[in-house]
Amino acid sequence: MSLGSLRALARGDAAADRVVPPTGFTARLTLFASAAMCFLAVFALALSLAAGRLASSWGDELARSSTLRISAPSGEQAAQTAAALRLLEQTPGVARARALTEAEQQALLEPWFGPDLPLANLPVPQLIEIVEDATGYDAAGLRLRLQAEVPGAVLDDHTRWRRPLVAAASGLRLLGWVSILLIAGTVGAMVTLAANAALAANAQVIAVLRLVGATDAYIARAFVRRFTLRALTGAAAGVALGVVAVLLMPGAGSTAGFLTGLTFVGWHWIFPLLVPPLAAAVAFAATAAAARRVLGGLS
Amino acid sequence: MIELDQVGYSYGGGELLTDLTLQLAAGSFHFLTGPSGAGKTTLLKLCYGALIPTAGQVRLFGQDVRSMDRDAIALARRRVGVVHQDCQFLDHLPLAENVALPLSVSGGWSSGQMGNLNELLAWVGLTGRATALPPELSGGERQRAALARAVIMSPEVVLADEPTGNVDWEMSQRLLRLLVELNRMGKTILIATHDLALIRAAKAQVSARVLRISNRRLQMAGADL
Repeated sequence: MSLGSLRALARGDAAADRVVPPTGFTARLTLFASAAMCFLAVFALALSLAAGRLASSWGDELARSSTLRISAPSGEQAAQTAAALRLLEQTPGVARARALTEAEQQALLEPWFGPDLPLANLPVPQLIEIVEDATGYDAAGLRLRLQAEVPGAVLDDHTRWRRPLVAAASGLRLLGWVSILLIAGTVGAMVTLAANAALAANAQVIAVLRLVGATDAYIARAFVRRFTLRALTGAAAGVALGVVAVLLMPGAGSTAGFLTGLTFVGWHWIFPLLVPPLAAAVAFAATAAAARRVLGGLS
Repeated sequence: MIELDQVGYSYGGGELLTDLTLQLAAGSFHFLTGPSGAGKTTLLKLCYGALIPTAGQVRLFGQDVRSMDRDAIALARRRVGVVHQDCQFLDHLPLAENVALPLSVSGGWSSGQMGNLNELLAWVGLTGRATALPPELSGGERQRAALARAVIMSPEVVLADEPTGNVDWEMSQRLLRLLVELNRMGKTILIATHDLALIRAAKAQVSARVLRISNRRLQMAGADL
């Protein structure tokens, strides 16, 4: 895509635009395909970006926290909790550790047992939240010390369940970007088919243009500009609808889950704005290639 | 201008033209005649690079067409006005835009040239038909419009393929007068026609060389022409 051809595309040529007769079928096909694909691209982008946010949230925040569970007979639980907190204070790599209050533990169990759970009467283990510093702690060493000094303690550094979740979120992010590439490829394929149809339908027009001294670049430009503008128009409409649909998705609340976070945040709003020019660029390249091929094949 | 040197052209295994040698010198007037299917249109197409010879050499303004890419041939065609047998218009564009098409494709069209275009339409007798679409034109109007389109770039050579094929005698005389006028302006003219009466009428007005294609070869026409 040369600078000159881009300049000519942007500038336009009213006479060149008119030499190719309007073809309703290919025009509608290109507009619809571009709009539909770009509508889907907005969702793929939102999915990819939301998955990315989730992956970094799980990757960064959860990687720095872990939980210690004290399961001891009721008479020993307080003593073992205090011993565990003392031990954690002395452990290198632990920024802070604190025992969850009864209210916090009740809140954790509430989704399963309801709000009226008599926690004080139940043998519920005491949970200690551990937050690592930047260097992190030696989990294996801590487990050995806990085994010796706090027999009822079980350390859960979240690694076991965090890794597959991070992998799943990263996979989703990748899937989103692959979808966008596939969508771009589909836009290119649809525009190529439509451009091929238009070029074949206008073989006589091309013959006349050649008879009067038109270069291949001139003939190609007449088709390329038309398809590029159609793809751009369709893409703008598709993106506008896609953004509205994303805005209508349920917002992320305190129970923020993956689906409720399917939106654009902050500077990520720039991504959907890039979709129409990218669709136009794909259409430009696809039509230019189709025109080159067809014009090369015509005598 | 345009030179054919021992040119042959074969298509689909059959030899259509063989050993043609022809020089279209500046300001010359040629008729090309022969029976239908003799290869007149093929020879004309060889003259403007629409066909590449299978033997010999065609030189457009000194350049061998085999060494020219499509764009170079397109640029050479701007120096050659062609009146095609079936006129070949863009049916969705009005007559004025069709006539101005060579200027548009060469980037030379501007609204300031509207006066020149109107003069040209007046010269071929199509004043008042500028906005008509090609399917609305009569055979004679189409031929005159094709001639106007062929000369709008002020080409050095005008090639006309059966320009009077679909018009009555009066109209063919009118077209001939326009072509003779162009020749007097210094243009090189080559007209392919099977209309011997037209050739005789032309020879009364201009010094024309008459060539005949016979048995795939080019010959000087007999004294009867």
